[in-house]
Amino acid sequence: MKAPRFLYVRVASLVEALEVLAEYGDEASVLAGGQSLMPTLNMRLSSPKVLVDINRIDDLKGISLDGNMVRVGALSRHADVMTSPIVVEHLPLIAQAYPFVAHAAVRNRGTFGGSVALADPASEMPACVLALNATLVLDSKAGGRRNVAASDYFKGLYETERRDDELLIEARIPIKAAGEVSAFGELSRRHGDFALAGVAMHGTVANGVITGLRPVYFGSEDRPVLGVATAAAVEGKGATEETFAAVNVALGNDLDPLSNFHADAATRLQLARVLTKRALTSMVNGGGVV
Amino acid sequence: MADTGNEIIFEQSGSYVGRTLSRPGARRSVMGRGRYTDDIQVARTLHAAFLRSPYAHARILNIDTTAAAAMPGVTRIVTGRELAEHVEPWHGILSSFVGMKSAIQHAMAVDRACWQGEPVAIVVAETRALAEDAVELIEVQWEELTPVVDKETALDAGSPVIHPEMGDNLALRQDIDNGDVDAAFAAADHIIEDSFEFGRHTAVSLESRILVADFDPSTERLTIHTSSQVPHMIKTVFAKLLRMPEHNVRIIAPDVGGSFGLKIHTFGDEVATAALSMILKRPVKFIADRLESFVSDIHAREHRVRGRLALNKDGDILAADIDDLTGVGPYSAYPRTSVFEAVQVINITGGPYKHKNYRAKATVVYLNKVPMSQYRAVGHPIGITVFESLLDQAAVVTGLDPVDIRRRNFMPDDGYPAVTPAGLPANDLSHEACLESLIKRMDYDGLRREQAELREKGIYRGIGLAAFIKGTAPSPVGYYGAGRAPIAAQDATTVSLEPSGAVLCLVGVTEQGQGADTVMAQIAATAIGVPIENVRVISGDTDAVPYGGGTYASRATGIGGEATFQAGRALRAEILRIAGVLLQSEPSTLEVFGGNVVDAANHANIRVTLAEIGRIGHFQLGELPNDVQPELSQTRHFRVKDVPYIYTNGIHGAYVELDPETGFLKLLKHWIVEDCGRVINPNLADEQVRGGAVQGLGGALFEHCIYDDNGQMINATMADYLTPMAGDMPDIDVAHIQTPTSASELGAKGVGESGVGGAPAAVLNAVNDAMMPFQRHITAQPITPQSILKALGKI
Repeated sequence: MKAPRFLYVRVASLVEALEVLAEYGDEASVLAGGQSLMPTLNMRLSSPKVLVDINRIDDLKGISLDGNMVRVGALSRHADVMTSPIVVEHLPLIAQAYPFVAHAAVRNRGTFGGSVALADPASEMPACVLALNATLVLDSKAGGRRNVAASDYFKGLYETERRDDELLIEARIPIKAAGEVSAFGELSRRHGDFALAGVAMHGTVANGVITGLRPVYFGSEDRPVLGVATAAAVEGKGATEETFAAVNVALGNDLDPLSNFHADAATRLQLARVLTKRALTSMVNGGGVV
Repeated sequence: MADTGNEIIFEQSGSYVGRTLSRPGARRSVMGRGRYTDDIQVARTLHAAFLRSPYAHARILNIDTTAAAAMPGVTRIVTGRELAEHVEPWHGILSSFVGMKSAIQHAMAVDRACWQGEPVAIVVAETRALAEDAVELIEVQWEELTPVVDKETALDAGSPVIHPEMGDNLALRQDIDNGDVDAAFAAADHIIEDSFEFGRHTAVSLESRILVADFDPSTERLTIHTSSQVPHMIKTVFAKLLRMPEHNVRIIAPDVGGSFGLKIHTFGDEVATAALSMILKRPVKFIADRLESFVSDIHAREHRVRGRLALNKDGDILAADIDDLTGVGPYSAYPRTSVFEAVQVINITGGPYKHKNYRAKATVVYLNKVPMSQYRAVGHPIGITVFESLLDQAAVVTGLDPVDIRRRNFMPDDGYPAVTPAGLPANDLSHEACLESLIKRMDYDGLRREQAELREKGIYRGIGLAAFIKGTAPSPVGYYGAGRAPIAAQDATTVSLEPSGAVLCLVGVTEQGQGADTVMAQIAATAIGVPIENVRVISGDTDAVPYGGGTYASRATGIGGEATFQAGRALRAEILRIAGVLLQSEPSTLEVFGGNVVDAANHANIRVTLAEIGRIGHFQLGELPNDVQPELSQTRHFRVKDVPYIYTNGIHGAYVELDPETGFLKLLKHWIVEDCGRVINPNLADEQVRGGAVQGLGGALFEHCIYDDNGQMINATMADYLTPMAGDMPDIDVAHIQTPTSASELGAKGVGESGVGGAPAAVLNAVNDAMMPFQRHITAQPITPQSILKALGKI
């Protein structure tokens, strides 16, 4: 388990990072927290020609409130995002999800942007940015900055809208508005493992009635999936047995879970249904972790 | 324990037996001063990496090492065929397993690979990274062969045969048939019948397999630093396989980061590494990384068992009948074999109970998977799970509580010596006392009330019990000795009084991180009568310590402890003899206490210090008469006689909560009461049991080497092979009933495996108890959310 040979470039600025990415394109891998990249290197599952270490780009770190938006720098460590008072107050879904992100040691080193950029289908942060309708900011030497809606970003298994010469530099996440509620649920074999099923949901609740729900499922398919039919089944409804019955049918349309040795598709769908029911019940009671 | 007077020794104020003392090894580890094999730097060391077979079964048509060998930094590449000229092959059979077959195994595949992960070529280079780079450049032309992956069909007429010269894939069939099983079943009021599946798992020791082999051409000595449980055994094995005089091989096992039975076997990659050191005349190091550990370490526990239980209407067990099928690897492990697990399954199933009609069949077949062999509590979790689960089903049909059906059928505590249903001699056991202690500690009746109340609220909790016997401290009568394996069944300890009055204690048993060295120090200090701070224990160096069997099968304290006790008592007697001469007193009026010779009558008056005895005994011998020669080093050997094992017993209790919608389990609490005889260090004994229970729970719920139809292990990473994590484990309450074994004066039995054996059965029974309202149950391990949802009909 020794990594194959690679070139290592530690860049000091965003400009420098984009120059290296422009030069090497798909032969480069961006090293942020390294929590996924380093194991794949040591297991020789990937062999990039060059590693671009962006850890010293201070401009990519930090969490700030910008009007009705929270800006999370891509290089912000999970642990810093998790404990940020801005996140806790304005992005309760992300605060709810974070205890499920691996373990403390991983969260201390791993980065928010690294998780979104990698787009592991069982990861929590990709699901959260999709549920919260975030905008992801990409930058490149050739094309400059562009904003991509989270709903356009995740393309497939570890595949995203990001071009090889681009760097994810920031997520802009709408803050919780009055009446909006979040709920989060995840089931994994052991704490911190890849989810067998997970849901991150955000919507408006008034008088026990849910509207504008964005339920996102992870650990199910090759990317986080927005439950469109499920949202429609819930629209204008409360957390009732009738709603749950409709949701069970809708989820069957929304999801086509992948089977693997940890759980087959039927198990994952059953777990998604149970989590959704529990999350909806939580939503009408103020939201939270289920 | 009659009439030895030892009770007084163990209970007097200077005794360290029965006291919790901190481990010196723990302090070293915490301070970062542990010294594991990887910490040992030998000058001019080269590093090995292996090309391993990517296929479960394939013929090697050609190996081209040209490009790899041309890489800068690569010292040598040797294929399996080339290595075979330097290394003897081995044959993993023992004559004690009558009719057993196995193929001859080479250190690396010669013309055919028989499991995914079998070493095919070794690369030795300046660094491990360079060696791995070179491995990638070796080109092998393979011809894929059909693998044998399903034990259920491995003996079918149409099945491919892994080793054609053997005729079929059978390793061993073994039977037990005691009493009249058919008549008992014919007369039964109730017959319980079920089939159980057990997934493969593996040891996952924190420190993986490692060795630094250092051949010195000037002395023709081979020194191997390695993480081992059995330094003397592998010294003998390496010498034989490498065609070395045994006295020219030295094994040094420094700190060992867990072993669990993994590190008692012969591994081809380790033998190849040592051979390359001899070929290159330089030190060569190999450390198994996590990925290759999964496909080269011993696996264990893949069994399917069908079981039947016959009972009368009152709930008395009339007979048991089990049929065990296990699929091991393509070769039987050397020198302990790969059939022992199945043999243990049929030996210990139903062991706590008094029925006499018992029939059992073990069938061991070869598969193209990683070789299986001994792993902590060999076979026990399987046999215990089968019987204890059948017994819980019997409790339901007879209307008895699980506690009552066990009470009713246990061998009585006052009924020893006795024989188990399998015909094994049992003595000094305490099933009844352990059960009564357990239900008190659990507040069993309270839990049952709570369970009933919570069920009304839609909360499903379950309580499970599992009683067991565990073979510990094996004797020469057992399979290894009878089978002529080069495995010491005795152990020895040398204690020496140094001139300072301190004691050096050289032990044949080994420290694995479990605290054996501390336990030996406690026993030696107590037996001699010295402060424990003055005792230094040395283990794990075959040039320094007496030849012994090392640590396996819960033998360190039971066998090595007794040797240490006897050596200590002998040294104490010698000290008193010398003191008697010096003081012109009868030795019987003197005692060694607190590092001094004192008056036996009151233990108070210091007559002479041990430092004075040491000074005179080593330096100023002129102060002694010419006919008094001090013998201040004493060695004693010990073996268990007549019986194959010192059996221990105990019982587990598990309390779980089931979420019937998700199939997820919460382990609420776990209790264990066991009887390891005299407890030397309560804290270490507890932690042995507790750690073992975690390993057992891991096997019951998480750990699984998952294979596809092509014989590929598809979850061979630490992300996908799930080991139990502290945060997922319940609080584990441990208590001991102490019935000293009559096999030794010390009275200690083994304790290292009592946690592993019963935990899976207890948790399975608890899960099934929780599922009782749904009238469903499960019999396969590991227990997963998916298997529970399937059983409940949710998916």
